[in-house]
Amino acid sequence: MNALDVDIRRKVFSSPTLDFVALSQLKFTVPRGQFCCIVGPSGSGKTTFLNIVSGLDGDYEGEVRIAGHAPGTGPRLGYMFQSPRLMPWLTVEKNVALVATHRAIAQGMPRKLLEQVGLVASVDAYPNRLSGGMQRRVALARAFVNEPPLLLLDEPFISLDAPVANKLRDLLLDQWRARGATIVFVTHDLREAIQLGDRVLFMSASPGRVVLDLPVPLDRPREWEGRSIDEFRAQLLTEHPALLAGLEQSRLAEGEAVRAVKAGAA
Amino acid sequence: MRLLTSSPFASYRWVRLSSLVVLLAIWQVAATAMTSETFIADEYARSRNAVYFPSPVVVAEAIWKSATTSSGLTRNVIEVLGFSITTHDLVFNIYQTLYRATVAFVIAMVLGSAIGMALGRVKGLNRFFDGWVLLGLNMPALVVGILSYIWLGLNDTALVVAVVINKIPLVAVTTREGAAAVQPELLHVARAFRLSRWQTLRRVFLPQLYPYFMVAARNGIALIWKIVLVYELLGRSNGVGFMLANSFSTLDVDQLLAYAFSFIGVVMLIESFIVRPLERRATRWRM
Repeated sequence: MNALDVDIRRKVFSSPTLDFVALSQLKFTVPRGQFCCIVGPSGSGKTTFLNIVSGLDGDYEGEVRIAGHAPGTGPRLGYMFQSPRLMPWLTVEKNVALVATHRAIAQGMPRKLLEQVGLVASVDAYPNRLSGGMQRRVALARAFVNEPPLLLLDEPFISLDAPVANKLRDLLLDQWRARGATIVFVTHDLREAIQLGDRVLFMSASPGRVVLDLPVPLDRPREWEGRSIDEFRAQLLTEHPALLAGLEQSRLAEGEAVRAVKAGAA
Repeated sequence: MRLLTSSPFASYRWVRLSSLVVLLAIWQVAATAMTSETFIADEYARSRNAVYFPSPVVVAEAIWKSATTSSGLTRNVIEVLGFSITTHDLVFNIYQTLYRATVAFVIAMVLGSAIGMALGRVKGLNRFFDGWVLLGLNMPALVVGILSYIWLGLNDTALVVAVVINKIPLVAVTTREGAAAVQPELLHVARAFRLSRWQTLRRVFLPQLYPYFMVAARNGIALIWKIVLVYELLGRSNGVGFMLANSFSTLDVDQLLAYAFSFIGVVMLIESFIVRPLERRATRWRM
């Protein structure tokens, strides 16, 4: 059974003045244990898609199954957001324990994961005492604490220095390997997707759908700043020049799409 | 809303203490001057003893007298958990006032917070009840008190009901602001990780409101004890407000100030030993 089956026919955001089609004919599957990166221009509905999978948004046409279960049912997922989103009034350890199941608590998972991400000295600190990188490590520990079969990450390493981001990527890969989870990693950074993924899905500008499904044939462990990554990326961009154009012109395209729909509605 | 709780200055306490001493000294000098022969030059005023301003020493004596004797104005029996404790004037009347204020405070905080949270979270409710809240905020406390005594009789229930009605709109407005400011991002975390409703409420939703609860509680304490005094003056036969009314009718300035300062002292004790420690606990994570 696949870890994730996606068949979203349409996802529309309705308002009195316009209907905005965020996703359309988005269809793919992710086998168990795969590290699947999704790349797309901003506004292509990546976060919308994650909200549907995580059960935050149930208003869509189509079907999504996580190991055979509808979103919001079945086993709990892990989720890492763009910002750490920790509860500032809870200590680091309590933040992780907050989302842990009884089983995970009984097994001492919160403490174990915090040790693995190198935060054992900060378990009793409040999040606003920590640096941005450390807060994201807490968020990473929180995402893995229930050993979820599927983990969703929404550009979690955005706005970090390269060394800090690379350290976090290492930690993420360590956890992924150790726990055998399936990962759906959303980013708008093609380089990051190639660094991390077994496979990269390219989404179009809105309405988002998969325009290219590409395996990453590079061996692991990969060097973050290594040549092979750059070469693969360069090769990709010569073969599919539209991709880079799509990524770079994303903001423009998004604005145009909204205006076009608006004009149609009027 | 960062608080000056733990001051880094060791001299901070001394500054406060010496400022208090200076205030007492000014009071003593002023009181002596105003009641002296030279100051009351006007023959008529002196004969009427028109200005009587007791010194702190005289007020302290009056406090001691009220604390150790019973004038017979009030029954002076405190009933707690079935026990009857006989006391003197001061303790009994302060106890009565504090008891009424506490009951009213708790009820007003619970109801006001619940209403405020509902208004802050449900737009339709807020639109409908906004006018009511505004009416409540602007209703004179005296009107509520008089109506309550007329309808419910001259008893403690009427007093508490009146205080609660006065206080609820203020608590509701404050918590409404807090509930509206709750971050949807953190609620999304709770939903994405499928926390139970109870966990979401206790660990994610309510902590965002604590600062607002604290503001409501602080303002509540400041307001409630003043309103309780007025309502006691209006329609009760004991409590600090009643004793102040009695001081007025007998022009007993010593007793008036004795009760005023005793009660201020009690309120300040509550502030520093209950309110502030709670506040510190609730905002520990900001430090």
